[in-house]
Amino acid sequence: MSTALWKTKVDEVTKQRGKARETLLPCLEAIQEVSGYIPQEAVSYLRENLDVPSVDIYGVITFYGMLTTKEQGKYVIRLCNSLPCYLNNSENMLEVIERELGIKAGETSPDKNFTLEVVPCLGLCDKAPAMMINDKIYENLTEESAKKIIAELKG
Amino acid sequence: MFTLTINGEKVTVPEGTSIMNAAKQLRIDIPHLCYLEGLEPEYHCRICGVEIEGEPRLAPSCVRAVSEGMKVHTNTARVRRARKMIVELLLVNHSADCPTCERNQTCELLKLAFELGVKKVRFEGEKPSYELDETSPAIIRDPNKCILCGRCVRVCHDVQTVSVIGFINRGLDIKVSTFMEKGLGNVECTNCGQCIQVCPVGAIKEKSAVDEVWAALANPKKHVVVQEAPAIRAALGEELGLPPGTLVAGKMHTALRRLGFDAVFDTNFSADLTIMEEANELVKRITEGSVLPQITSCCPGWIKFMEHFYPDLIPNVSTCKSPQQMFGSLAKTYYAQKAGIYPAKIVSVSVMPCTAKKFEAQRPEMTDSGFRDVDYVLTTRELARMIKEAGIDFAGLPDESASQLMGLYSGAGTIFGATGGVMEAALRTAYKLVTGKELERIDIEPVRGLDGIKTATVNVDSLEVKVAVAHGLGNARKILDEVRAGKSPYHFIEIMACPGGCVGGGGQPISFDLALRGIRGQVLYNEDRVLPYRRSHDNPSIKKVYQDYLKEPLGEKSHHLLHTKYTNRGRV
Repeated sequence: MSTALWKTKVDEVTKQRGKARETLLPCLEAIQEVSGYIPQEAVSYLRENLDVPSVDIYGVITFYGMLTTKEQGKYVIRLCNSLPCYLNNSENMLEVIERELGIKAGETSPDKNFTLEVVPCLGLCDKAPAMMINDKIYENLTEESAKKIIAELKG
Repeated sequence: MFTLTINGEKVTVPEGTSIMNAAKQLRIDIPHLCYLEGLEPEYHCRICGVEIEGEPRLAPSCVRAVSEGMKVHTNTARVRRARKMIVELLLVNHSADCPTCERNQTCELLKLAFELGVKKVRFEGEKPSYELDETSPAIIRDPNKCILCGRCVRVCHDVQTVSVIGFINRGLDIKVSTFMEKGLGNVECTNCGQCIQVCPVGAIKEKSAVDEVWAALANPKKHVVVQEAPAIRAALGEELGLPPGTLVAGKMHTALRRLGFDAVFDTNFSADLTIMEEANELVKRITEGSVLPQITSCCPGWIKFMEHFYPDLIPNVSTCKSPQQMFGSLAKTYYAQKAGIYPAKIVSVSVMPCTAKKFEAQRPEMTDSGFRDVDYVLTTRELARMIKEAGIDFAGLPDESASQLMGLYSGAGTIFGATGGVMEAALRTAYKLVTGKELERIDIEPVRGLDGIKTATVNVDSLEVKVAVAHGLGNARKILDEVRAGKSPYHFIEIMACPGGCVGGGGQPISFDLALRGIRGQVLYNEDRVLPYRRSHDNPSIKKVYQDYLKEPLGEKSHHLLHTKYTNRGRV
C-alpha cells in the first residue's frame, strides 16, 4: 500500500518534471515524505526511470540529512548540533533525550515510535538550542522543556 | 589559437587547451593527483593550482582553459607552499603504512611528497579506521588509504559504464563506496580492475593468492602446474627492470621452473584450443542459421557485465569457456591421464593480466574436471613479486619453452592478449573451415590498433563475414545496444572489458596509459610474425589433444569440458 504510494508520487514528479537526473532530488523528497524513508525498491525504480546508477542515488541520500534509507519511527526528532546550538548546550540536550527515550542518536525505538537524529543547522540559530520533531519546531530548549515535550509525545 | 606566457616563456596552443597541457608543451610538468590522462578532469585534489597574474586565487591548471595573453606562474613560492600544504593535509589522514603497501614502488602520493620536498607533516589528525571491503573474490578496497581523488569513480562510470562505486556521505565522512555499502562482491562490479590501474595510492588492489601458491609449491604431495596468459609475456618485464615493449616469454617460463612449478605450460595453447571450438561454433551458427552475431566469451569481465546488464544476449555469447578455464579442465583430465597423476594431487595455477579471472576461476560451474579446474589465479604483479621474493635475476635469465603437451602455441594464440586478437585468430581458422583453403593475407589489419570500436568485412568465398571489435565496456555498450535493437549488421563480435584488451588488464603493471598498452600489444603481434605456426589449427599440440583425447571440436567431450553456460545475475 505504501509501496504503491511512493510509486504514484514518483510518477507524478517525473510526469511534471521529466525523467532526468535533475529530477532525482524531488523524487527522493517525495518518497521520504510518503514512506518516511527511501526503500531499496524505490532506489531500483529511480535507477530504471531516471537512468542514474544506484550508487549515485545512495550518494545523494547519504549527503542530505533529511533523507534516509532506514525505516523511521512515528516521531522523528532532529536535534541540531551546529555551532550556535552546540555552544548553547545541545550536547546536554542530546544526553537528556537519549536518556528519556532509551535510544542513541541514529537509532529508532523498538516500538517504532521515536527516531533520534543529530542534524546540521536547522536555521534556528537565534533560538538555540533547537530541534524539529516531524514538521514542528521546538526552540530555546532546556532540560525541563525537553523532558516535557518527550513525555507529552509518549502520551 | 591562443598565445600565453608560462613562467615567462611564450606558448601558442589551440583554444580550449588546459593550462596543464599548455605547460607540457614547454616541458613543464605541473604536479597533480586527481588528474589522469584518459579521464575527465574534476579538480578534486587542488595540487595543480597555479598563479595567474591579476587573479586573487590559485587556478586549477587541469581544468582551467587558456586565454589570450594569460600570464601563468607554476613555480612561485606561493604555489609551492600550497602544494606542500595539500600533500601534508592528505598525509595526515592517509593510513601511510608504506613499507608494507603493495604500491610502495608505484605510489603517486609518496612520489609527490618526495618530489615536492615535504620533509615534515606539521599537523596531527585522526587516522581513519574503516573496514576493508573484502566482499569480492578479486578486488580489495581499503578506504583508509583512499585520498578521495575520484579516479576510480570516473573510470568505473565514464570509461566502463559499470558505475558501482561512488562518493557517499558528507564532509569528513565522505568515502568511496558501493550502493548501501554492500561491497564490490555484492553489486554489479565486473572485477575488471581498471580502478586499480587508475588508483594513485594503495586503496584498491587484487586479492592476492601468493601465499597459497607458495604453500602449494612447498608441499611435496602436490603437483603444481602453471599456465600464463598471452598478455603476461608482453608486460612482466616492466615490473622486473626491463623496458616496456620487451617480449619475455622465454624468461617467464624459466622463472616459473625456478620458482618450483612442476609443469610449466602456457595459456596460449588453450587460446588455440578456444579458437578451434569458437571458430567451429561460428561456422555452425552461420551455416545452420542460428543466433547471430556470435560474441566472444574469453573475457570474464565482459561476461559478468553481460550477465548483469545484457542477460537477454546470453544466446549470442559463445558457449566456449575462456582459455584459462579450458586449460584448467584439461589439466586435471587430459594432462593427469598422460602424466599418470591422480587429479586431486594437481594444483592448477594460472598467471593472468586480469583480476576478473580470479572471479571466473571460482564460479561454481567451473569444476567440469570433477575438481576445481583452476585453483589459484595470480596477476602479473603477483608473479613479479614472487620472482623478486625468490631473488631471481629475471633480466639475466636464459630463455626456455613451455612443456609441449599443453604449452606449444601458435601466433594466433599469442595475439589473444591484444584487442582484436581473438577476432583475427578466429578468422584465420574459420576461413579454413569454410573454404578448405588457408587465408592468404593472414594479418587482418582493420581489427588491430587502439580505436575503441573496429569493424571489418572478410570475404570467405561468396560469404561476406562482417565483424566488429570493442574494448572498454563503454565501447562495448554501443555495439551491444545495436544487437539488442536487432540492428547489428555483424556476424561475429569480439568484446574485451579493458581498454587495449588483456594487455591493459586490471592485473597488469600499474598504468592507464593507452599508448603503453598499444606497445604491449605490438609485442604480441611481433611474436606472432616469427612463430613457426600462425594458425591455431596448425599447432601440433592442438592436433594431438583432439586426436588423443577430445576427438573433435564441439564433440561430446569438448562439450563437457570446454563449454559452459551463463547466468542472468540481474541488477542490484
